Amino acid sequence: MAEKKITLTKRDRWSVCWRSTFLQGSWNYERMQNGGYAFSLIPAIKKLYTKKEDRAEALKRHLEFFNTHPYLASPIIGVTLALEEDKANGTEIDNATLSGVKVGMMGPLAGVGDPVFWYTARPIIAGLGASLAISGNILGPILFFVLWNAMRIAFMWYTQEFGYRTGTKITDDVSGGLLQKVTRGAAMMGMFVLGTLIERWVTINFTPVVSKVKQSSGAYINWSKLPNNPTAIRTVLQEWDMGNGLSLTKYKTTTLQDNLDSLIPGLAALLLTLFCMWLLKKKVSPIVIILGLFVVGILGHVIGLLGA
Amino acid sequence: MSAISMILVVIVAFLAGMEGILDEFEFHQPLVACTLIGLVTGHLIPCVMLGGSLQMIALGWANIGAAVAPDAALASVASAIIFVQSGAASKDMGTATAIAIPLAVAGLFLTMIVRTISVAIIHIMDKEAEKGNLRAIDMWQIIAICLQGLRIALPAIALLIIPASKVQAFLSSMPSWLTDGMTIGGGMVVAVGYAMVINMIANREVWPFFAIGFVLAAVSDLTLIAIGTLGLAFTLIYLELESKANNGGGNGGNGGSGDPLGDILNDY
Repeated sequence: MAEKKITLTKRDRWSVCWRSTFLQGSWNYERMQNGGYAFSLIPAIKKLYTKKEDRAEALKRHLEFFNTHPYLASPIIGVTLALEEDKANGTEIDNATLSGVKVGMMGPLAGVGDPVFWYTARPIIAGLGASLAISGNILGPILFFVLWNAMRIAFMWYTQEFGYRTGTKITDDVSGGLLQKVTRGAAMMGMFVLGTLIERWVTINFTPVVSKVKQSSGAYINWSKLPNNPTAIRTVLQEWDMGNGLSLTKYKTTTLQDNLDSLIPGLAALLLTLFCMWLLKKKVSPIVIILGLFVVGILGHVIGLLGA
Repeated sequence: MSAISMILVVIVAFLAGMEGILDEFEFHQPLVACTLIGLVTGHLIPCVMLGGSLQMIALGWANIGAAVAPDAALASVASAIIFVQSGAASKDMGTATAIAIPLAVAGLFLTMIVRTISVAIIHIMDKEAEKGNLRAIDMWQIIAICLQGLRIALPAIALLIIPASKVQAFLSSMPSWLTDGMTIGGGMVVAVGYAMVINMIANREVWPFFAIGFVLAAVSDLTLIAIGTLGLAFTLIYLELESKANNGGGNGGNGGSGDPLGDILNDY
């Protein structure tokens, strides 16, 4: 073979990586991400094959069924690029090999991507952003958007490059320890943050009054004995001491919520979450549970059990 | 709302619709979509707050496997538009959040329709591929993405056409027991998303991490960043000790017990 070897430049590979952002654009019930996969590879196909028949062949092989996690398609694309490059340079690689590599990788990689990205990274970063945003802090959305995209683009580019360099050997690395360790670590971190989020952001407030005790005189602020001038305000604030000093009222009321919180703060929220988990395991649709909780909220409020 | 604002809102809706399927830039997440709509309509901070509270509900929504998750794109865009049209008063936030839920279900059906239309599109791609026509593949991929964008942009236009006074009248006609109740429900609904996530990632090994996180959250001085740092530290310590315990199997009989914590305790 006298002709010089065709290689994909960094620019070509970057172009493929950018296009893979639109991988799911034509997601369909028949072959899922196939259109997007072919679309992503077009800069490479254009460069590697000049004859019309070769291009048609290449497009057809990549319009086969494909579905994985959108970000973890990148290492697979990298491997595909390496194989297509070899093929264009004359190495004997049949369509079955190429499909085999793609199908062999997409299952295990989807299994890593879903828990790591959708069930750990996004809840953590979005939860962080949302907790800032709820109090009206514009940094919340900015933080989420920038962090997420920086992480995503870096991940897609470097894993695609990794796939391109290692070629088919990548499967050994995938099944190896590192990726598994990352997945497990992500799950631990995710559970930790979820525990936090449930305590802080699931709000249930049981309003029924459990007890109403008359306090001894001296334990509460005696409003009738205050002097009738502005210094009274200072006196009251000093006596109250941000809730650490005297009580504001003559009667000490304890609600059901106070009782639950003295066991452990957020107990009701935790129980509700466990109940939802149980319902989901019983194959109750999340949408039904969500609508049901709104009904419970409204009914609970009307009968005076729940408060805002 | 001015004409320019309306056009910008429709553009945001279009982006959210695209992202609802692409899942890359995350424009469809309430945190981003509501903020952008707030930005272009001049109600930035109230919309940031709405986005935050919707995001808390949508945290666990993801399109995976058999579990059909509600559509965040239509939920965030539509409820932000309704919220802005009603004057972006914080008392309406609970109602706007509650309205988002049925919209999320409606969005789900819309995306199913577009995904079915896309079947036809890839058949056209098949034909063009036979001819080796690269440009046609590009074009049809872009058309498919635009259809997903229109999925949210068209309902957004419909909502913008309804006069703001009508939206306001509708929201204020709702009795307070209903709106208060929906706000209370919104506080509980957050748990469903978390439950979905936990069901996916939980196993015996990771439950202790959940317990530590839950208990530490009650210490209100700790910000979420501080808690995240703690979680990361605990995770790294665990993984490090585990690999140490496995490697240290040579110097004593306790290495392979598969119980890293026990091994470390034995070493003391």
